[in-house]
Amino acid sequence: MACSFPEEVLEHVFSFLTSQKDRNAVSVVCKSWYEMERWCRKRIFVGNCYSVNPRIMIRRFPEVKSVELKGKPHFADFNLVPEGWGGFVYPWIVEIARGYPWLEEIRLKRMVVTDECLEMISKSFKNFKVLVLSSCEGFSTDGLAAIVANCRNLRVLDLRECEVEELSGHWLSHFPDSFTSLESLNMACLLSEVSFSALERLVARSPNLKTLRLNRTVPLEKLSTLLQRAPQLVDFGTGAYSAEIRPDVYSSLADAFSGCKNLKSLSGFWDVTPAYLPAICSVCSLLTSLNLSYATTQSPDLTKIVGQCYNLQRLVVLDYIEDTGLNTISISCKDLRELVVFPSDPFVADADVLLTEQGLVSVSQGCPKLQSVLYFCRQMSNSALISISKNRPNLTCFRLCIIEPRAPDYVTLEPLDVGFGSVVENCKQLTRLSMSGLLTDRVFEYIGTHAKNLDMLSIAFAGDSDLGLHHVLSGCDSLRKLEIRDCPFGDKALLANASKLERMRSLWMSSCFVSFGACKLLGQKMPGLNVEVIDERENISSIPECTPVEKVYIYRTVSGQRFDIPDYVRIMGKDKDGVYDLS
Amino acid sequence: MSVPLEHDYIGLSDASSLGRSSESSNISSDNETNNVFNLKATELSLGLPGFSKDSEQNATKFGPVIKNFMLGAKRGFSDVNLEGSGKWVLKGGSESDLGKAKNGVFEKNQILSHVVKPVKEKKKGPVNENGSAPPSAKAQVVGWPPIRSFRKNTMAANSSKNGEVAEGNFGSGGCLYVKVSMDGAPYLRKIDLKIYHNYAEFSKALEKMFSCFTLGQCTSSGIKGREGLSESNLKDLHGADCVLTYEDKDGDWMLVGDVPWEMFIDSCKRLRITKGSEAIGLAPRSMEKCKNRN
Repeated sequence: MACSFPEEVLEHVFSFLTSQKDRNAVSVVCKSWYEMERWCRKRIFVGNCYSVNPRIMIRRFPEVKSVELKGKPHFADFNLVPEGWGGFVYPWIVEIARGYPWLEEIRLKRMVVTDECLEMISKSFKNFKVLVLSSCEGFSTDGLAAIVANCRNLRVLDLRECEVEELSGHWLSHFPDSFTSLESLNMACLLSEVSFSALERLVARSPNLKTLRLNRTVPLEKLSTLLQRAPQLVDFGTGAYSAEIRPDVYSSLADAFSGCKNLKSLSGFWDVTPAYLPAICSVCSLLTSLNLSYATTQSPDLTKIVGQCYNLQRLVVLDYIEDTGLNTISISCKDLRELVVFPSDPFVADADVLLTEQGLVSVSQGCPKLQSVLYFCRQMSNSALISISKNRPNLTCFRLCIIEPRAPDYVTLEPLDVGFGSVVENCKQLTRLSMSGLLTDRVFEYIGTHAKNLDMLSIAFAGDSDLGLHHVLSGCDSLRKLEIRDCPFGDKALLANASKLERMRSLWMSSCFVSFGACKLLGQKMPGLNVEVIDERENISSIPECTPVEKVYIYRTVSGQRFDIPDYVRIMGKDKDGVYDLS
Repeated sequence: MSVPLEHDYIGLSDASSLGRSSESSNISSDNETNNVFNLKATELSLGLPGFSKDSEQNATKFGPVIKNFMLGAKRGFSDVNLEGSGKWVLKGGSESDLGKAKNGVFEKNQILSHVVKPVKEKKKGPVNENGSAPPSAKAQVVGWPPIRSFRKNTMAANSSKNGEVAEGNFGSGGCLYVKVSMDGAPYLRKIDLKIYHNYAEFSKALEKMFSCFTLGQCTSSGIKGREGLSESNLKDLHGADCVLTYEDKDGDWMLVGDVPWEMFIDSCKRLRITKGSEAIGLAPRSMEKCKNRN
């Protein structure tokens, strides 16, 4: 059937489709829709940079303006992926520079980005506007200088928790004097000092600046200067928030904050001097997002501030907030959507802070819009988990980390199966779950039965047997990302559910019982998967096939095996020609 | 909940586990043909592996990793104590230190030590977290709790700024990853300084890590103890081809081995393995600095 709808109309309709999911759905309706859609897709998101190669992407989507890539597996954040594993963005940049000269935005997460890449970016895209690097590494401040000096239309430079080689703070001074288009600058992860006068001048000539996140080296005394230059800020991150207590400094800071009528988000707050915290009081009621997770301040001081943030939607804080603070929040912050509580002393068995499961229960009771939780604590009970799940069936993301591995219900000493089971049963929209504590195969049975919308699952030190893994792989229909460490899961469940792996983005298993033999078999039988065995032991080739591998990372791919692997990575079951050649 | 036996937290016994009901009571089976892991072999603080009756099986199942420990490291700096004290070998090590190496076998030990503790302690009734084992004795598991390096490093810097040297803060309790680059290697590595107690352990680990890159020989026999090294020992450490240097807090590049171990891990920001000829100029300066410090 020829498509009788004028192309222009269809194109116009498609332009309202922004989500990748929708666009993917549209593109498989028929050939003409496929053709039309591919010509007008402007944004690409590649969740695993090794699942596809850039040439395929460029050939299919010629008019892209924004590319987002993710590299290393999530557990790389916790040092489980050795250096040199991969995630090199260079080959992508080379192809994109050729294929998308009008590219405007690049967003990268957990990738290795070199100065060479940054230079190439800065010189290849005349209209480059947005660079977001999240948990990336491999570049230095020289690379930043290149971006800053050459990208005349830069709007966003956002460095989130990157590991940057700091040669100097001079990169900031490379913004040309004529450059006025800055909208967002996040340099919070940098350690070296930048020239304050250069910073001040930059801020002064950036009328569209909405986000400014400073690094620790910017002293508290200078904050008011910057805030006065940029009262239009929406998102502000302080530097080290400490100084000698001086009334003049305090009052000019408080005044400066009160001049920021659009401020919605505050962060930074390293090394807090508690006496200066109330300087932000005038904006507390405006805030929708507050990150005090580097503020090693005690509960009363924290609570006083947070308790005034009536419109808060997102709170990130240390466990210094304690149960009492969370109780206050449950009363005062009725709009809270996301709660993150990090541990102040994660490597200590004893908790010096009075933060228990109670804090989370109170927030779940008092905050009707709570959807997303990341909570580190030292004790949990099934009854608390059941309460939480019954209070908040609208939870979409529930990540609980009980610091001691395999800690049971502290009241009954039973596993926490029933508690987590209740979470997946009651919270029907749950898309992300991380579990901890003592868990048997039973919890996985619950998950496989109920967690039908679960997209990402993280498991550690849990389960008894392959049955656990089997429940998850066979039952969780929407599962795309599964990461497992230190669980007794092995070959049987993996091989029995091999086809499931092609419907997922990736599976990570480390310190489990998956053998070399099984990995090889899987790699041989499933051409659409790369089965990467990551094993740093010596003489791997002489280890018997029944030996468990240290780590295995399995992901679906259409670009065949990769050739940038270090010596401790083996792509199993593929011969040297296992590449899909589409040139 | 039944208390799991010491080496059976896994409960993995035989290949038909898929069909079994998933009870949490874990009875170990000696079904060695199906057990991928011979759990006995990973028990803590018993005789040296390979000296038990299962030695052959250990050797084949765990391959060279165990072999090395049975026979001592191959390359000439051996800390293996083959006199039957019955303890694992790491110098200055105690049971809790066993968990600290990163390789597969050791990780299992770590987990076991981890599991054994909480179950035993909590047997007595509702857990009171005060009064459990003192913080500093806790074995560290790689990547647990799951906190990003950026946060860990920031909090460590926080506490050292505030002058806290108390145990249990990020700085002392956590890990200390530094980058190690080797001239000519295609990528650099990260090493956790906190898991080693002296230069010997450390250099052994380094050697293992970079063994695939080593063109020449890096030998360092005869290194003893945690203190700073004498000049002759320094020469031994750095051997014929490779020289190990580190960047300290002041940004200066120093030879590894100058200062006592504790001081070293306190000030080391990153490491570099260079070819001998390039580092010659370093030696006098670093000795000078060392003297000035002392």
